[in-house]
Amino acid sequence: MKALRNFLDKVKPNFEEGGKLSAFRSVFDGFETFLFVPNTVSKSGTHIHDTIDSKRVMSFVVIALIPALLFGMYNVGYQNYLVAGTLDQASFMEVFCYGFLAVLPKIIVSYLVGLGIEFTVAQWKHEEIQEGFLVSGMLIPLIVPIECPLWIIAVATAFAVIFAKEIFGGTGYNIFNVALITRAFLFFAYPTKMSGDSVWIAKESIFGLGNDLANGTVDGFTGATALGQVATGSTTTVTDALGNPVGLNDMIVGLMPGSIGETSVIAIMIGAVILLVSGVANWRTMISVFVGGALTAFLFNAIGSETNQVWNLDWMEHLCVGGFCFGAVFMATDPVTSPRTNCGKYIFGFLIGVVAIIIRCMNPGYPEGMMLAILLMNLFAALIDHCFVQRNINKRLNRLNNK
Amino acid sequence: MSNLKETFLTPLGLNNPVAVQVLGICSALAVTAQLEPAIVMGLSVTIILALANVVISLLRNTIPNRIRIIVQLVVVATLVTIVSEVLKAFAYDVSVALSVYVGLIITNCILMGRLEAFAMANGPVDSLVDGIGNGLGYAIILVIVAFIRELFGAGTLFGFQIIPDCLYEAGYMNCGLMLMPPMALIILGCIIWAMRAKNPELQEK
Repeated sequence: MKALRNFLDKVKPNFEEGGKLSAFRSVFDGFETFLFVPNTVSKSGTHIHDTIDSKRVMSFVVIALIPALLFGMYNVGYQNYLVAGTLDQASFMEVFCYGFLAVLPKIIVSYLVGLGIEFTVAQWKHEEIQEGFLVSGMLIPLIVPIECPLWIIAVATAFAVIFAKEIFGGTGYNIFNVALITRAFLFFAYPTKMSGDSVWIAKESIFGLGNDLANGTVDGFTGATALGQVATGSTTTVTDALGNPVGLNDMIVGLMPGSIGETSVIAIMIGAVILLVSGVANWRTMISVFVGGALTAFLFNAIGSETNQVWNLDWMEHLCVGGFCFGAVFMATDPVTSPRTNCGKYIFGFLIGVVAIIIRCMNPGYPEGMMLAILLMNLFAALIDHCFVQRNINKRLNRLNNK
Repeated sequence: MSNLKETFLTPLGLNNPVAVQVLGICSALAVTAQLEPAIVMGLSVTIILALANVVISLLRNTIPNRIRIIVQLVVVATLVTIVSEVLKAFAYDVSVALSVYVGLIITNCILMGRLEAFAMANGPVDSLVDGIGNGLGYAIILVIVAFIRELFGAGTLFGFQIIPDCLYEAGYMNCGLMLMPPMALIILGCIIWAMRAKNPELQEK
């Protein structure tokens, strides 16, 4: 630690105004403040300053994402070996390493493109590098299917960082969740790579690991997600890639096709605990998303439907399949795009849950509704805040006037 | 003469009806998924605007002030009907592609704006030049937006494939979002952004 500090102090003059590498000032600054809490202090008045600045907060979210990421990697390998029928012969490490190699390029592409744009903008506007992309860059690979091509991820990430973040003024000013805008762009621009039943299972072997499934050597497997199966099928029974039915327990464990990070409820809940204990995410939003979703799912289930099997899914299943958990824990709680008032957080979360299930049940086009529900409510976050702040102001005014 | 030149050129650049005055956005989003309808739409608006400007400019001293909007509407509606019929007769496919948007030229803000602001106060020659200038200013933006949308959304221009097959085989895909109106709005926003960045006098304080 000490050596690192000394090294940074030694190379710092090169990056300052007039130094050899002053063109990379913002990059250096970004790394320095990422590694060490900056010791700048306010010059006027009395301030109490926490050392947990936003770079440290972001790091907590990234740490909370690691269980979902590791499980996602294992699941990618698991699905590949399962479909190929060689799961028995493969060791745990083989399966995991294959998944690791399949997911890693997506993480690298997402960070390279996103941070590249952020660094360029920061350098260009002579500002400090904004740290918001630390989390978005990790979220993006977790919410895409494994077979989504890298160049598409690069295009979508660039689109989201520029149009959802930089033009609003950078980190902290964006109206919409950047990672979700990336996904929405992918979803509407390249629907064949984001939905259907051929993108959820990795099909190519990497460095001799995994199995080549692309050239028809293996057939007779269904790669659709649980929600995709229910939306197009005639029963609520969900099967794994080989056609064996899976129950609620399997959905909670999460060894089934889906976006990389979204399948395992357990891994996501570990992340949720980390977020809640460290105080980074707000429990009010999280709980109310689940309550809203559960109530609405229960209602649809009670009404029932002959033609649309999504209505007949149990509420527990609704909460466990698809991106519901992932969205509730990591997306809805984003402090920038959710309301600030505590009452507002309840309303915001509740409506996300309600809208997500309504979209799942009532639209014929796509099986998943969490993404659009959160984006829709992001739009209303400021309005919700305004209503509650105004209500409080009026209440206090009344109290004052009635004295 | 320099005055006429200015009347013609400012709508193409610094006083562009779409990019600077932000008028006629609705049709600019609706008809720009392909290049051909966009060009036909741009030309239709140019012709209608030029002729309407001339007619209103000739009548401007005889129109009672209180009913001038109705008179303007009647003139524009007549011209729109003629253009619509001509399109149906000679370019049926395009007229189907444009569907209601030819008829809706009547409600295009650019027309009413130019008639009220220019033709009611200037002579027929000036008005003709102003109409052509504004119509072409509208058409230019439409063509730019449609060029980007058709190239990246369908890989074609005027219906001919531009992006080679080898790119598709290498994994390239058309961007479906380009064919949807939201992307047209974003492209339009980028054009406005570029214009304002280049001409600081356009930026509001």
